[in-house]
Amino acid sequence: MQLIDQHTKAIMEGCKERARDAGLSFDDQSLEYVVTNRDMIELSPKVMIPTMYDYWVNEVEVLKGQGKYELYPGNPFETVINTRPAISFYNDNNPDWLNVMIFYHVLGHIDFFQNNLYFRHTWDDDFTGQALSDKRAIASLRSEHGRWVDYLIEFARSIDNLVDYHGLLSCLNRPTCGKRSNRLDYYFDVFLQDEKKVRVNAYVQEIERYNTCMRTHGDDGEAEFFKVVGNKYPEFVALFEKAGVAHPRQGTDVMRFILDHSEFLNREENAWMKSVLQIVRNTSLYFQPQIRTKIMNEGWASYWHETLFMRDDRIGGHEVDFARVNSSVTSMPRVGLNPYALGMRLFEFAEDAANKGRYSQEFLGLLDSHQRRKFDRQTGLGQEFIFRVRENLNDFLFVNMFIEQDFVDLNKLFVADKVMDEQRMVWQWYVKSRKAEDYKAMVKEQLYHPPHITVDLDKTGEDTLFLTHKFEGKPLVSDFVHGTMLGVEYLWGGKVTLETTEVKSIKTPDTPPTLPGMAPEPAPDPEIEWQRVRYTMKDRKLSKGLI
Amino acid sequence: MDARLLALWDALTAAGIDPEREARLRRELEGPMDHGDLWAGPEPEYTPGVDVLRGVVNSPYAFADLTFLQDMAQPVVSLTARLGTLDDLMERDNQREIDGFPRKIRIGKLVKPGKGGTSKVRVVPTTVEEKFVHDSTLAAPDEGGGAGGSGDGEEGEVIGEQPVRPEQGEGEGTGPGGGDGENHEMESNAYDLGRILTEQFSLPNLQDKGKKRSLTRFTYDLTDRHRGFGQLLDKKATLRQIVQTNIALERLGQGQEIDPTEFLIAPRDRVYRVLSKEKDFESQAIVFFLRDYSGSMSGKPTEVVVSQHVMIYSWLLYQYAGQVESRFVLHDTEAKEVPDFYTYYNSRVAGGTKVSSAFRLVNEMVQKENLARDYNIYVFHGTDGDDWDSEGKECLPEIETMLGYVSRLGVTVAENSYGKSGETEVQKYLEGSGLLDDKKHLIRLDVMSETAEEGRIIEGIRRLIGQ
Repeated sequence: MQLIDQHTKAIMEGCKERARDAGLSFDDQSLEYVVTNRDMIELSPKVMIPTMYDYWVNEVEVLKGQGKYELYPGNPFETVINTRPAISFYNDNNPDWLNVMIFYHVLGHIDFFQNNLYFRHTWDDDFTGQALSDKRAIASLRSEHGRWVDYLIEFARSIDNLVDYHGLLSCLNRPTCGKRSNRLDYYFDVFLQDEKKVRVNAYVQEIERYNTCMRTHGDDGEAEFFKVVGNKYPEFVALFEKAGVAHPRQGTDVMRFILDHSEFLNREENAWMKSVLQIVRNTSLYFQPQIRTKIMNEGWASYWHETLFMRDDRIGGHEVDFARVNSSVTSMPRVGLNPYALGMRLFEFAEDAANKGRYSQEFLGLLDSHQRRKFDRQTGLGQEFIFRVRENLNDFLFVNMFIEQDFVDLNKLFVADKVMDEQRMVWQWYVKSRKAEDYKAMVKEQLYHPPHITVDLDKTGEDTLFLTHKFEGKPLVSDFVHGTMLGVEYLWGGKVTLETTEVKSIKTPDTPPTLPGMAPEPAPDPEIEWQRVRYTMKDRKLSKGLI
Repeated sequence: MDARLLALWDALTAAGIDPEREARLRRELEGPMDHGDLWAGPEPEYTPGVDVLRGVVNSPYAFADLTFLQDMAQPVVSLTARLGTLDDLMERDNQREIDGFPRKIRIGKLVKPGKGGTSKVRVVPTTVEEKFVHDSTLAAPDEGGGAGGSGDGEEGEVIGEQPVRPEQGEGEGTGPGGGDGENHEMESNAYDLGRILTEQFSLPNLQDKGKKRSLTRFTYDLTDRHRGFGQLLDKKATLRQIVQTNIALERLGQGQEIDPTEFLIAPRDRVYRVLSKEKDFESQAIVFFLRDYSGSMSGKPTEVVVSQHVMIYSWLLYQYAGQVESRFVLHDTEAKEVPDFYTYYNSRVAGGTKVSSAFRLVNEMVQKENLARDYNIYVFHGTDGDDWDSEGKECLPEIETMLGYVSRLGVTVAENSYGKSGETEVQKYLEGSGLLDDKKHLIRLDVMSETAEEGRIIEGIRRLIGQ
């Protein structure tokens, strides 16, 4: 793996200037490497991050297929890595004009990484550096604990999709988060009202006394206030501790919960295990935004490589080459879903609509289709609008907001489905629906969505960890339950229970026969009856019971 | 239905059968009635004028810049790199079991062997990282199925056709530039699979039966002698040679006192031992693979049986260096011998079931070719347990004859999911006959479900050939 030569680097720098002029914003530094096939062999199992920790599974062909992208949120063949400085990889035999186009694409990605708020938690660190120190930490632990480190990695990875990524984001984007004192809340909300049952008058006096303390002592006000409380109610401290609000237990982040509350992991001799879990958890959190912004990210990069390259004088003489490459990347497939094409069209559609002022009360109130079609306020705010979109949305919101009937009609989109013709051994693809809502539902169905599993704090006790799966229309892959729970039990050091929903029975209605010459009749949806079940893993044995 | 089948069917129905069984047998009869190549399937026929679609990709995550935008090929990991880690992986997996966690490496996909004796099995160490993830194959309705599409076409109009089986050179579901590593497969012969399996079992009841072929490979030993030079001086032989020479030279006569210091020693008197390749003569074996390919075997049971037989076959190839002869027999109501594993593996299921036909054919072959005299004979039979001869009236005598000469008969029943477990005919009459207990060292039965996983299949082999 080597850096690109000076000549190519100069091209890249030129691209940066033009991209900045167009409004993109990104750090000055970036690193560009040429990769050969040989490098790819080493890099792809590590999701293109050269300093990722070693793990034996990377050496094995991993069975894929079902749930592939749910299991592995990073695509091993990405060109740009979201690090500081951003790293990007290039084929060693790209011609210059193609590099210009790819550089613009890459700059689109870098701009996206560094401005989209879903990446907020990755902005402050250099992930390659962090990964390198993690790799060293794991290597040194391995020399001490041998294969147990690999078991730990395995078990930690088995729950690395239950890390409450959105919780982390909400903390980062809410400056007050964590600043309010639990002690104060407990004193006024619980202690005085429920424990002491003081009168309103006394309660108001306490509030007044608190306000006085804050006024006179400033930042130390709270401490001063509680000095008096300690004298007046000596039992307060003990009760506060007992109430457990000092260190609130949150069940939304299963991995964090296990780290904090597992009696097994908190033993002194097992302290090293926690660092392994931390590493796996951080790595997972790092990848979370990438998979949640795939359509936007590729769409944004494609939008800019097209826009900027068309303006660039270096396209001269390569217009046809560009058209060919660009159309193969950004054309909508006859059947299938191409994130480059879909994302780019959504951005273009949103820009156009914003230019016409259609994201307004006035337009939304219009019901007449003729008027809607002709509606154009010429605001000229389209580009500003899509810059805000790239900052604030993720794939789900993006798709949900901008796939509308006008968009579907404009691009002649439809939902396709297939029926098998057994006689002729072909799948027949047919147009199932041209409704925007169906198209939207189809795209949403494809989006990454890990199961919503949380710790049930009420049912979790000293020895039992109680997990609840919120059913969202799909069961968990049952083959994986045993292996996953085995790992969780190990990490927790005791019994683990999972409540989830499973198929009770499936009834497939009879398929009406297809008449010759008629359009194929889609197979009717099977009727599925669901039931709630409870898995329990104890002493490495799994049992299941109905609820 | 041909006349023979019809006669059989009439005989059966005349004797009276319960309706459930009748339905099951009818299903076999109403199925396709010819045995073709299992995997070849009919060629897709496209409607003229309709687009042919290939490789429909509907996941946005299957796309990545390097493969899609920069058109880089997915790297293929070199075979040697993978091979080197195979042993490590297996060792690691053993250690897992010792540490109390289930094994995690599966030894791989078993892909059909090639035609004409070039038996190739792909061994890919595979694993899966288990997590809680949604099972998208089972979703509540109205969840937005289907794929995206663009272009012209009315609702309900067929806009394209896709071959049901991916064509050659087309990975299954391969994304643009292939996002899923489908091509990483290492191709190796059955040898590797055998190497892994071989640690787990060996042929039982091997008896000395002639020395025609060796079951093991060559050994090297200092057995050959060479005069004049060599690797190790054979003192005794050398001395004998010297004495001979001296007698010939009349330096040593009868009754004379022997003075060894007076001996003349010619250079060629020195006898050395040299390293030489020795065939280690051992007993020889012949293995019959029998498979039921009747209609009821369709799908999973066939897969289980052929996977198991592929493994046994691979293991034999490795362990006995191709010195074990294999014969393949397929049967529905009639049995026939097929020339190679490929045909054995790939023949499509059809027709009714008479297990006895296969055993009878083997008995005939053994008798006609007088195999019992020279060979250890092993017979492995795979079935779903259905038999039209429900009490084994024809089958049991054949089996008893067979037990007179075989070293081991292993019967695998891969139960169909529609039947009751432990209730198949073959299992019932075998258990009823008492043979399984009386001749425990000669006949073994293993019953597993048609959904058995690889681990269970290997366990099954161990049961069939265990001592």
